[in-house]
Amino acid sequence: MTTIYEQRPGLSRRELLKRGTIGAALIITGNAVISPDRAWGMETTALKPDTMATLIKLARDIYPHDAISDRFYAIAVKGHETKAGTDPKHKELIEAGIADLDKRAGEGGYRGLGWEDDRVRILRDIETTPFFQAVRGDLVVSFYNQKELWPHFGYEGESYSKGGYIARGFDDIEWL
Amino acid sequence: MAAPYDLNDDGVVVIIGSGAGGGTLGNELAQKGIDVVVLEAGSRIEYEDFINDEWDSFAQLAWLDHRTTGGGWRVSKDFPNLPAWIVKAVGGTTTHWAGASLRFQEHEFKTLTHYGKVEGANLLDWPLTLAELEPYYAKAEDKMGVTRTNGIEGLPGNNNFKILKAGADKLGYKECHTGNMAINSADRDDRMSCQQTGFCFQGCKWGAKWSTLYTEIPKGEATGKLEVRPNSHVVKIEHDDSGKVTNVVYADKDGKLHSQKARIVCVAGNSIESPRLLLNSASAKYPDGLANSSGQVGKNYMRHTTGSVYAVFEKPVHMYRGTTMAGIVRDEARHDPSRGFVGGYELETLALGVPFMAAFLDPGGWGRSFASAMDSYANMAGLWIVGEDMPQEQNAVKLHGELKDQHGMPIPDVWFTDHPNDVAMRNHAYRQGQAIYEAVGATRSFPTPPYPSTHNLGTNRMSEKASDGVVNKWGQTHDIKNLFVSDGSQFTSGAAENPTLTIVTLAIRQADYIAKEMAAGSI
Repeated sequence: MTTIYEQRPGLSRRELLKRGTIGAALIITGNAVISPDRAWGMETTALKPDTMATLIKLARDIYPHDAISDRFYAIAVKGHETKAGTDPKHKELIEAGIADLDKRAGEGGYRGLGWEDDRVRILRDIETTPFFQAVRGDLVVSFYNQKELWPHFGYEGESYSKGGYIARGFDDIEWL
Repeated sequence: MAAPYDLNDDGVVVIIGSGAGGGTLGNELAQKGIDVVVLEAGSRIEYEDFINDEWDSFAQLAWLDHRTTGGGWRVSKDFPNLPAWIVKAVGGTTTHWAGASLRFQEHEFKTLTHYGKVEGANLLDWPLTLAELEPYYAKAEDKMGVTRTNGIEGLPGNNNFKILKAGADKLGYKECHTGNMAINSADRDDRMSCQQTGFCFQGCKWGAKWSTLYTEIPKGEATGKLEVRPNSHVVKIEHDDSGKVTNVVYADKDGKLHSQKARIVCVAGNSIESPRLLLNSASAKYPDGLANSSGQVGKNYMRHTTGSVYAVFEKPVHMYRGTTMAGIVRDEARHDPSRGFVGGYELETLALGVPFMAAFLDPGGWGRSFASAMDSYANMAGLWIVGEDMPQEQNAVKLHGELKDQHGMPIPDVWFTDHPNDVAMRNHAYRQGQAIYEAVGATRSFPTPPYPSTHNLGTNRMSEKASDGVVNKWGQTHDIKNLFVSDGSQFTSGAAENPTLTIVTLAIRQADYIAKEMAAGSI
């Protein structure tokens, strides 16, 4: 099982530098992906942690919202880790799909491409593949259906318990 | 108080489906003292249990049985197993509908006469007129509490409507208002008024929007003459040697089959399930399915020429607040071939929440263009196009050749391809919709493709001649006297109007006819 948890992984800066992952890049250590600010981490058992890190990057490239942190993309793709744990075919689909991205990206792999445009160019070439379709098709729900993200979009969600909007601005537009 | 009827009671009218057609017909018959059993495939979910959450509500209410699709429509590519967004629950799709209640225009009953022969279209006049239906439309509007009829005030306009209205005014449109809605603008019929909650599509938790679930059905049950049997999925209608239908076979929630005898059977399962059931009821006597001597069962599937326009403004709109379908522009609903197509369309405001906007704005879309549109969600306004589409014989609900459902019956395979008239109309509507929003300062707009069908029509169509269609002007099948169709599948044309009001109108009228014929002993 995967977990998202808030913790400090206890890696020294020196150790991080040794691993060659600095700046905004996700950190891979043992069987976990850890955010660069070490605010969250995610253990993987079915998928390789490297694969998970690339999935997170891929998810952001599919739906790039610059004001939303990696944490929400990680939550959105963790279903693949869960599914890969019980479905070997799904595991193969994801691992092979990510390996293909890395191969297409050349030395340094997909995450090593600094410009989004360069990564997106690769994605445009594979957007009709079952791998991409599976990732995007799942992501459109698993990402945008996160209630914690709705305030970012200015969406207020459930309103019945608050008595609807009859007294809360259903007709409050003033700029017309 | 609800009367439980015996499976062997062959005096009951069995109605299959409890939505706009079936639920209304059931109550109307019960009020006349006729014994009615309504078999509903879904479960009974009362309105306080509806959920203000798009995906959770979808899981609670939507018809999710396996279906396949084919043809040139984009739905078949993006949502290959979801041709329609309709409901499997007591109340049917009246739980989900937005509430727009528009009468057909006179010419929309006589499309062949007014439009002439349109190549590739299977146009036909209805065997009835607006004048014949008017008294029944009036009864339906009163029953449903339609705003701007019977002295009922219009609903107040929300932000999404205000944008539409300002743009429509700038374009010179004359007929733009908050619609004819079966949503209470004040307390009426023991139901409260609209609280501008949004989530009309997820079932109105106040009961302010008319649904058979909490109007027709409990009223019918109160007579002691109506039994609603939920989780009863009809798989087959059977008949005797004379050809008259005698009973229906249905699966209960555990998949166990039962047979309910009937004096009369009325099919009201919406335009995918109704023809599917008739086709699945094929027998030695009726090898092509029940009531199918014309070969028209399942054909002429219509779904309205829909589409949406969403537009982004510099400042917030919060379109999701308040009534989902909060206003209408009717000026383009006329028949005016100078626009390059026959028939017309309505423009009606529409709002989706973030989860459904992501799924439907540009299905399959991704990247910065898509994400930046989503980032503008709070500043978006939106409208939906409801236009008349052409009946075409090859647009059809067929039985799948191989795939079977959980009860062993072939699943429906829904084929649809736009007619060139549909495409021309949609493109016109996209342009007008975008112009409305640009007139009030939209910085970006999106011509959004049709969603899975909510208006499913035409697959058991009404005709004067038995060779042209499935049912007569009363919804009675041409072939079998005691078999009726009571839903939107009767529609000979789709018109530019949201169909529920006309389905209810036809059901009220059909109840009068059935009662009269039963009294006369002819059925």
